[in-house]
Amino acid sequence: MKVRVFVSLKNGVLDPQGRAIHHAIEGLGIDGVKDVRAGKMIELEVEPGVTDAQLEEMASKLLANMVIENYRIERLAA
Amino acid sequence: MSFRSAVITFPGSNCDRDMADALEKVSGTAPLRIWHGDADLPDRLDFIALPGGFSYGDYLRSGAMAARSPIMQAVVAAANRGVPVLGVCNGFQVLTESGLLPGALLRNAGMNFVCREVRLAVANSQSLFTAGYAAGQEIVIPVAHHDGNYFADDATLDRLEGEGRVAFRYAEPVNGSARQIAGVLNAGGNVLGMMPHPERMIEPEQGGTDGRALFESAVKALATA
Repeated sequence: MKVRVFVSLKNGVLDPQGRAIHHAIEGLGIDGVKDVRAGKMIELEVEPGVTDAQLEEMASKLLANMVIENYRIERLAA
Repeated sequence: MSFRSAVITFPGSNCDRDMADALEKVSGTAPLRIWHGDADLPDRLDFIALPGGFSYGDYLRSGAMAARSPIMQAVVAAANRGVPVLGVCNGFQVLTESGLLPGALLRNAGMNFVCREVRLAVANSQSLFTAGYAAGQEIVIPVAHHDGNYFADDATLDRLEGEGRVAFRYAEPVNGSARQIAGVLNAGGNVLGMMPHPERMIEPEQGGTDGRALFESAVKALATA
């Protein structure tokens, strides 16, 4: 089973990478983008027995740094 | 009494030798060199240093992998017993990732890797690491980092300042750090994390000696303990 963990910066945490991407988008000549926030997506292939609690533990203890980041876990249909 | 120190090396550490050299020159005793996969530290240690570098290639986040390596459990236990722990640059990132210090080190606000000498102000001259400096003293120490932009929420920053746990501040713009914080102490005052590299300012041949007092302070603190 595939699981995706989306990690994003919390609101209020400066995202210089997102700002640089925003700037580069403007360089493409495309208007209308108001803001850009960059994050990461981590894809796991797990046995069906891996519990939600175990996924939460992985995400909160390692995949995201809860001081600066939030995460969202998505289980994909097998 | 000899000064028993240890330098922890992770895969990708690259300032471990400089750190060991500084500790030996200042204390007169060569530190133990400890590999990240070791699970134990000697019972009696006077000082632990986490060096700069790019442990585990900065995978996931700077310091995130190293903070979960076997040796860090022993470092955390030693720190909680009161053993002085100094983390420089990547070592600071490892300390925040391991929870020994609050906050996190974000990408530099200017997005660029910053590698140059910077002016620092000594914000707390009472700690075991900084007693050799005068309060407010300005010193010059090099930085070399991409992720040195210190972040913590306002309540945490207020608490750090209120408790005198800001050890050093940048005296010039460097990386966007909250309240110009360059180095912070834990509540017990025995753990210091800082982005600038004091181990690179030990002898005149390195361009200055402003980092020496930090190591001398720690050696002296032990001698008078």
